[in-house]
Amino acid sequence: MRITQGTFSFLPDLSDAEIQAQVAYAQRQGWALSVEYTDDPHPRNCFWEMWGLPMFDLKDPAGVVLEVNECRKAFPRHYIKVNAFDATRGFETVRLSFIVNRPADEPGFGLLRQEVQGRSIRYTLQPYVTAKPEGRRY
Amino acid sequence: MNAPVSQRVVGNTSARYKAGVLKYKQMGYWVPDYVPKSTDVIALFRITPQPGVDADEAAAAVAGESSTATWTVVWTDRLTACDEYRAKAYRVDPVPNTGPGTETEQQYFAYIAYDIDLFEEGSIANLTASIIGNVFGFKPLKALRLEDMRLPVAYVKTYKGPPTGIVVERERLDKFGRPLLGATTKPKLGLSGKNYGRVVYEALKGGLDFVKDDENINSQPFMHWRDRFLYVMEAVNRAQAATGEVKGHYLNITAGTMEEMYRRGEFAKELGSCVVMIDLVIGYTAIQSIAGWARDNDMILHLHRAGHGTYTRQKNHGISFRVISKWMRLAGVDHIHAGTAVGKLEGDPLTVQGFYNVLREPYNDVDLQRGLFFEQDWAGMRKVMPVASGGIHAGQMHQLVDLFGDDVILQFGGGTIGHPQGIQAGATANRVALEAIVKARNEGRDLKSEGPEILTHAARSCAPLEAALETWKNVSFNYTSTDTPDFVPTATASA
Repeated sequence: MRITQGTFSFLPDLSDAEIQAQVAYAQRQGWALSVEYTDDPHPRNCFWEMWGLPMFDLKDPAGVVLEVNECRKAFPRHYIKVNAFDATRGFETVRLSFIVNRPADEPGFGLLRQEVQGRSIRYTLQPYVTAKPEGRRY
Repeated sequence: MNAPVSQRVVGNTSARYKAGVLKYKQMGYWVPDYVPKSTDVIALFRITPQPGVDADEAAAAVAGESSTATWTVVWTDRLTACDEYRAKAYRVDPVPNTGPGTETEQQYFAYIAYDIDLFEEGSIANLTASIIGNVFGFKPLKALRLEDMRLPVAYVKTYKGPPTGIVVERERLDKFGRPLLGATTKPKLGLSGKNYGRVVYEALKGGLDFVKDDENINSQPFMHWRDRFLYVMEAVNRAQAATGEVKGHYLNITAGTMEEMYRRGEFAKELGSCVVMIDLVIGYTAIQSIAGWARDNDMILHLHRAGHGTYTRQKNHGISFRVISKWMRLAGVDHIHAGTAVGKLEGDPLTVQGFYNVLREPYNDVDLQRGLFFEQDWAGMRKVMPVASGGIHAGQMHQLVDLFGDDVILQFGGGTIGHPQGIQAGATANRVALEAIVKARNEGRDLKSEGPEILTHAARSCAPLEAALETWKNVSFNYTSTDTPDFVPTATASA
């Protein structure tokens, strides 16, 4: 399967030039770019590991692509995403977030059903890979 | 500064309160030199007076009948601070392009200010009981429309507003940088619970973020509500497992009583739904109650504006949807259907953009072209996600993104489920079209001129999108809107 989190997961994987164009757009909006990575792709895993701090003062889109590639070197089989953060009042949140690296093989998720009262079911989403410890998953 | 009211009106208080009938103007409801206080609620009405009724008197009558007046003088006014409590019509302007020489009879914009103490805190029912309570049936007026309102910050702050809001909703869903995608299950009536869940599963797995119950799906003989909820949640969870994304389905909990609505809401919560839905026809108080429940239960609250067309569509009488939008932001909903401009339902593009701005901006400037007559400070109140739904398809994606930006839910019901290759393919077509358009916009390409080309290019590597573009290539709904702006930009001398 292909995990479709992030803004552009239904498109072919972005090239470095395409990543740089999106980064440039975000920088033109005044948003701070950051890079995050994980090997736990659960959709409720909202705290991926930070590859350094958000690049608040960086104005050069190539610098962000450089960080993406450094992160790819360190974690070639992890999910890596680029976030653009908007500190404007009323937002103070991520405005754009897209995946730029993913493992070649994505085994996906098991769905555990616990049958409870009546016909109700409690659902648990279990990434197959998280049975293994962090860092040994892909 | 305002002159004392007694000097402005009839001067002689004993004459003013002599038993009998006075004109509303004479009773103190027309105060042309009044300067509204920053704490006043201001309403703008479009007035069509009966023949022989002058505009100032008609405006004064609206002010009177929507605040303290009755048809005759009452001495008991003198037991109150009545000068303060009287609403004050303070400005009347002829509406552009109405009156002699036009096809429309003469209309006027009447500005009326209300003291904040006329309204109970945090009650849309109380606000509307005054502003639209009696006055719309008033005989001296041929027609009346509430066009806009300015709500003072002190009053806004008496409401909690949306339980979730755009920012928190996106963080919960982990979806950023693009409009969300939805669809309404079709056919809207008749499917069994199991077949209904099938539609939901296919659409979510194919790439939509949300699927939706329609406004009239509650608990009918062919599908009782518990069955629907159970099958739908199986579909939602299966789709989450298949995609690794958070998915949702607006479970419509509209019912005949509040007790029943809470029961359905509780069951939706037990099953792990992230969102529930209500219809506008349940009423303002019911909406505020369920908004409180949603806030207590971390639930996104979707509002379908069922019924609004009965009073929002005609320009001469009723309530503008921009006012309904303001009330619903106060009442506290997270999603509201607010028009598409390009689809099958009523909506002039600029007017619809005005609704969107009311729902999702922290502060509205005066913007007459978009029908916004007042500045409106929302005082940090959370933002409502507008929903564009009704007769839209993937081939219009560039127009929709260009008109509405990212903070909107685009809902393709027929445009997903009617896809020739099936529901999953329909959903995938919409998602690919959306991501391609957003990516191209961010790259600096011009959506208006290059949109069709961007979509065609994306369709080269996506057969479902190719089929969607082919199927609906000639579908558009080009009818003249009835609810249109009164003010158009005029060319300047240098232009």
